[in-house]
Amino acid sequence: MATLARASRAEIEALLGAPPQHELLKAPETGTVMLEGRAGGAGQRFNLGEATVTRCVVRLAGGRMGFSYALGRDGRKARLAALLDARLQDEAEDSALHQGIAALARGQAAARELASRKAAATKVDFFTMVRGE
Amino acid sequence: MSAQNMIAPGFSDPVFQSQAAFRALLDALSEPGTLRRVDGDITPPEGMEAATAIALLALADYETPVWLPQALRDGPAGQWLRFHCGVTLVAEPGQATFAVIDGTAAEPTLAAFNPGNDQFPDRSATVLVQGAALEGGAGVTLSGPGIPGTRDIAPNGLRAGIWAELEENAALYPLGVDLVLCHGDGMLGLPRSTRIEEAR
Amino acid sequence: MYVAVKGGEAAILATHDLVAEARRGDPTVPEITVAQIREQQALACARVMNEGSLYDMDLAALALKQSQGDVIEGAFLMRAYRTTLPRFGSSEPVDTAAMAIRRRISATYKDLPGGQVLGPTYDYTHRLFDFALMDGESEATPRTAPAPLDAAMPRVPDILGAEGLMEPEVPPEGDPAPFDLTRGSITFPAGRDVRLQSMARGDEGFLLGLGYSVQRGYGHSHPFVGEVRVGEVCVEFVPEELGFAVDLGDVTLTECQMVNQFQGSKDVAPQFTRGYGLVFGHAERKAMSMSLVDRSLKCREFGEAAVYPAQQDEFVLYHADNVEAAGFVEHLKLPHYVDFQGELELIRRIHKEREERLARQNEDLPEAAE
Repeated sequence: MATLARASRAEIEALLGAPPQHELLKAPETGTVMLEGRAGGAGQRFNLGEATVTRCVVRLAGGRMGFSYALGRDGRKARLAALLDARLQDEAEDSALHQGIAALARGQAAARELASRKAAATKVDFFTMVRGE
Repeated sequence: MSAQNMIAPGFSDPVFQSQAAFRALLDALSEPGTLRRVDGDITPPEGMEAATAIALLALADYETPVWLPQALRDGPAGQWLRFHCGVTLVAEPGQATFAVIDGTAAEPTLAAFNPGNDQFPDRSATVLVQGAALEGGAGVTLSGPGIPGTRDIAPNGLRAGIWAELEENAALYPLGVDLVLCHGDGMLGLPRSTRIEEAR
Repeated sequence: MYVAVKGGEAAILATHDLVAEARRGDPTVPEITVAQIREQQALACARVMNEGSLYDMDLAALALKQSQGDVIEGAFLMRAYRTTLPRFGSSEPVDTAAMAIRRRISATYKDLPGGQVLGPTYDYTHRLFDFALMDGESEATPRTAPAPLDAAMPRVPDILGAEGLMEPEVPPEGDPAPFDLTRGSITFPAGRDVRLQSMARGDEGFLLGLGYSVQRGYGHSHPFVGEVRVGEVCVEFVPEELGFAVDLGDVTLTECQMVNQFQGSKDVAPQFTRGYGLVFGHAERKAMSMSLVDRSLKCREFGEAAVYPAQQDEFVLYHADNVEAAGFVEHLKLPHYVDFQGELELIRRIHKEREERLARQNEDLPEAAE
């Protein structure tokens, strides 16, 4: 679900292919989640502010349920991600679908690493100038 | 997750269906005693009237603890509510923001629910009463805000002492709980501001 | 007194057309898209998200487009939209220690573990116009280091804390759910949770001014930036029907830990104390201001006298919200014809009475020598 939350609608659509037969247990709905922080990073909890979140719960013809909860307001993405979540539960670990998810996850990790390497290029290299005797 | 596989869908169009349900509840409570119908196009869980289920889908969420009779709480109704509304089901009536009671059961009495406090009378409980029918019972006469003159209703399948309890509840005004009688797709509001006289 | 007035409907509808035209500007210039604002005006979007108290970059960009770049009007749009949405619940507290760092600096330690990472910042620019931007920008090609940053980037106050020199930051007994000022009314003295929430959604300019006042001596503060960090943090949420935490994706946050001196009191040995700031998006000035004011609002906890504005929670919290403030200031534009008529008549009557009184006094005076 973490990978699907970060994937684009197009990526999910491409991976899922034709949507399977299903019913909507919770139709795609946009709401908010209140984000909490902690004072000092580790202390008392406080409400930082809300973020938009869209959720969807589907049930496939065979009874398998699929869930999607992700930041943003894309109801279509939520429905497709929930369908994919349901499908993934019935697929073998080495199936094409799971491999597709693994490829998406690798792509996301690579993007994170690239961002980190760009940040690392701005890391300060201190040197001390020795003056006088 | 296997038990969840039995859960029936909620609203197919959450925004507009919950708005319509809210409007029906608002009308029911602002014009006490008038029959309002809700159409949420859902299959309610076992033991719950459609009107009750639709009202809770529209109103209840993770911030509103709900009290249900034990049989409902432990059955599909409790599971359905937790799934769709994310509510916490409480065992203590006084902790509930919304409650569903069986019209014929002797307990809990209305006095067991939270009537709000002087600073925030609005933080009281709303009690959904599931009765046998909204008409055909012994008649009572309503008066008060939202009622031009008087209005007669005759709900059926309510415990004998309910009118006396409602009189006590009305005496707490501005505190007190608000009632919504639910049967099938019909609802009928009895807010704390309504005065009720039993026909003699 | 408020009195309803009717009329002006046609005039109001005409303003809607006119503001649409003003917003569009010269039609021969291409219209700006929401995606362009989101990608190219991200710092303005961050401010709209913070003061609108809603994290959604697309909506913030739309708010800026619709409000012609008026940030407070944009924040108002965000707040109004937010009220139409159901809330699914609260997230798990975000873990800023696990942030994917894009920028992280400390003014207290040169060689801190993980290093000083400057990231994207205007701090080292010369504030000279780049006239090349007038004619469109060439594509940026940032350098990349051969290796990513260290996975572990300890927060600076935790380093001081390990030595026992820093005021500890621990959850209160039972780690209670925080108060939510969008659900209940604030009472004073306000708890730290209320203060932090209020400042996170508060006006950047107001907090900046207060933070500045603290530094200038209106608040007995001697602050250092322990750390500022900017980056992505994942949001975890436990849906009731699942019962376990789900990763909803990443949000960009800016965190500031301000380190302050504290001389100690009867009960507490001298130590460093801290102020905390956490905000949406890349918004360092806001996070720093918030952490300065957070520390000054802690005066009561440290037995310091609350004599300056930045130390008084009621003053700070009641005036930090720019949507509320703008509403009250701008409501003065609304028709007050009847109130004003009342005052006008009062002043006229006083004038008339005064003139009559003066006239009487003049009559009573003995005739001056001609």
